[in-house]
Amino acid sequence: MTAGPLRLRADEQAMLDGEHGPAVAMAMRVVVGVARAAGAQRLLPIESAHADGCLYHGIAGLEFTERLVELGGAVRVRTTLNVGSLDLLHPDLVHPDDELASNGRRLMDAHVALGCEPTWSCAPYQAGRHPGHRPAAGSHVAWAESNAIAFVNSVLGARTDRYGDFLDIAAAVSGRVPDAGLHRDEARAAVLVLDFSAVSRELLEVDAAWPAIGVLLGELAGTRVAALTGLPGDLADGGRTEDRLKALGATAASAGGVALYHVVGVTPEAPTLAAVLSSDARAHVVRMHGADLRAARDSLSTASGDRLDAVSLGTPHFSVAEFAALSAALAGGQPFADAVDVYVSTGRDVLAEARRLGYVEAVVAAGGRVLTDTCTYVTPVLHPRVRTVMTNSGKWAWYAPANLGVDTVLGSLAECVASARAGRVVRDDRLWR
Amino acid sequence: MTGSGAEGRTLSGRSLHAGTGSGDLLCLAEPLSIFGGVDAAGVLVDPHHPQRGARLSGRVVAMASGRGSSSSSAVLAELVRTGRAPAAILLAECDTILVVGALVAAEMYARLLPVVELAPADLASLASDTPAAVWAGPAAGPATLTLRADTAEPAVVDPEAR
Repeated sequence: MTAGPLRLRADEQAMLDGEHGPAVAMAMRVVVGVARAAGAQRLLPIESAHADGCLYHGIAGLEFTERLVELGGAVRVRTTLNVGSLDLLHPDLVHPDDELASNGRRLMDAHVALGCEPTWSCAPYQAGRHPGHRPAAGSHVAWAESNAIAFVNSVLGARTDRYGDFLDIAAAVSGRVPDAGLHRDEARAAVLVLDFSAVSRELLEVDAAWPAIGVLLGELAGTRVAALTGLPGDLADGGRTEDRLKALGATAASAGGVALYHVVGVTPEAPTLAAVLSSDARAHVVRMHGADLRAARDSLSTASGDRLDAVSLGTPHFSVAEFAALSAALAGGQPFADAVDVYVSTGRDVLAEARRLGYVEAVVAAGGRVLTDTCTYVTPVLHPRVRTVMTNSGKWAWYAPANLGVDTVLGSLAECVASARAGRVVRDDRLWR
Repeated sequence: MTGSGAEGRTLSGRSLHAGTGSGDLLCLAEPLSIFGGVDAAGVLVDPHHPQRGARLSGRVVAMASGRGSSSSSAVLAELVRTGRAPAAILLAECDTILVVGALVAAEMYARLLPVVELAPADLASLASDTPAAVWAGPAAGPATLTLRADTAEPAVVDPEAR
């Protein structure tokens, strides 16, 4: 970052000085503190925010948010909310202790009191009953939740840096972010190229290939921006490519610190490789092969043997297109085995649309349960007897062993369905050899 | 920048969040997501991390960069609130998620957790278990790391300097 101190505009200084009330001043102290640490020379106005501070991590987050409410705070821009700790629509599915039940609800309520939209979804960009929260390409926004950050930057081409708890709501209340990181052109160029042209097209048609690509991207890129070449995709294909990139980005953000990637010929900032390559460095090109994808997939499976207790789908939250695929896979088949608990996590807005289309009924008829407003890896949902869980989510597989103490198996949606029916892990490895 | 004297070696860095703290160094071989990677007791529990089982509380924790979920801010602020946070955090590049956790802890609990950016070569030169003292002035200004000090330098920090 170029040298020079942070300079505030007169209206921003007034906000910091308390002329717009104590909540705005408190929010500005956080934004300005980050701007100074990041070496920003100015602040930028934002057009929207997505806040993830509504998931309860302890007293500090609750007290900070309730302080903003007490001080009369309100968001200045459209602000959607990430998952909370509770399923407000299906309270029987979550088993919180007394602290989580009470404080988790207070935290969710405090965010709504600030004027945030109660979307309770890690994928607010997905359309459900209403259009998704989809900022325009090139617009500056303050988004939290690592998968949503990667999606809004990479797939939508809007600009957010990596915001998290507190800074997201501080940006929403002040309407400002530091002019730093991925808000700036120079930070959005690719310094690394991952070439997938040697991977078989058939393997890339397997949905589980995409979280595997995410692992490779996360491990190779870390926090850097990479361009991916040789991957198929069309963002106007009705959700298939979006869902693949959702899985890829969520896993890359977990396995690395990826907040932006470019898929050449697919994502909006990358019509060509030349358009996204950093001009001041010759990008390092890494050729990827099917064996790399297999190793990446296997790294997300900690279980050995075929024991299976539960299946978790929908991390990030299931889309309408994913519900359609699951519903089709279930059609005419046998129900899930009694010993396997099957959960699908989604947003309440997608739920409403999936219910209207009959997809929810198909899941429930097979013996599955649909969870909204939260997620199976961040709050107590799974039964204590559950030891081994199959998932189609690279993010879930990355975090669940530490968060929940379970073993994981990563599989495709079809493998998850076949396994849930059989009551044991069933995989089809033909395309992975 | 390196200096040396009777009290030990001193490295200069850039303050990302003001504060003072001292403790034995804990040098993390790989970046760590505090969310999901550190439990409420301040112990590293990330099964993917080679230093699983290490306790971060009270240590001067050095890592090249942060990693993973944006929920780490809240987990760090909560560790400060409960007194189980690291004594200081040293990074080779600014990680705003950790800075936010420190800012909020200062805002709500008036406890200043120093976060300091060091040159990558300086960070890489550090060795775990070395006694260390950290002083960080107002953000973006100077900060120092003093190694092998027997006692922490008592430092005066402007509480409004964030």
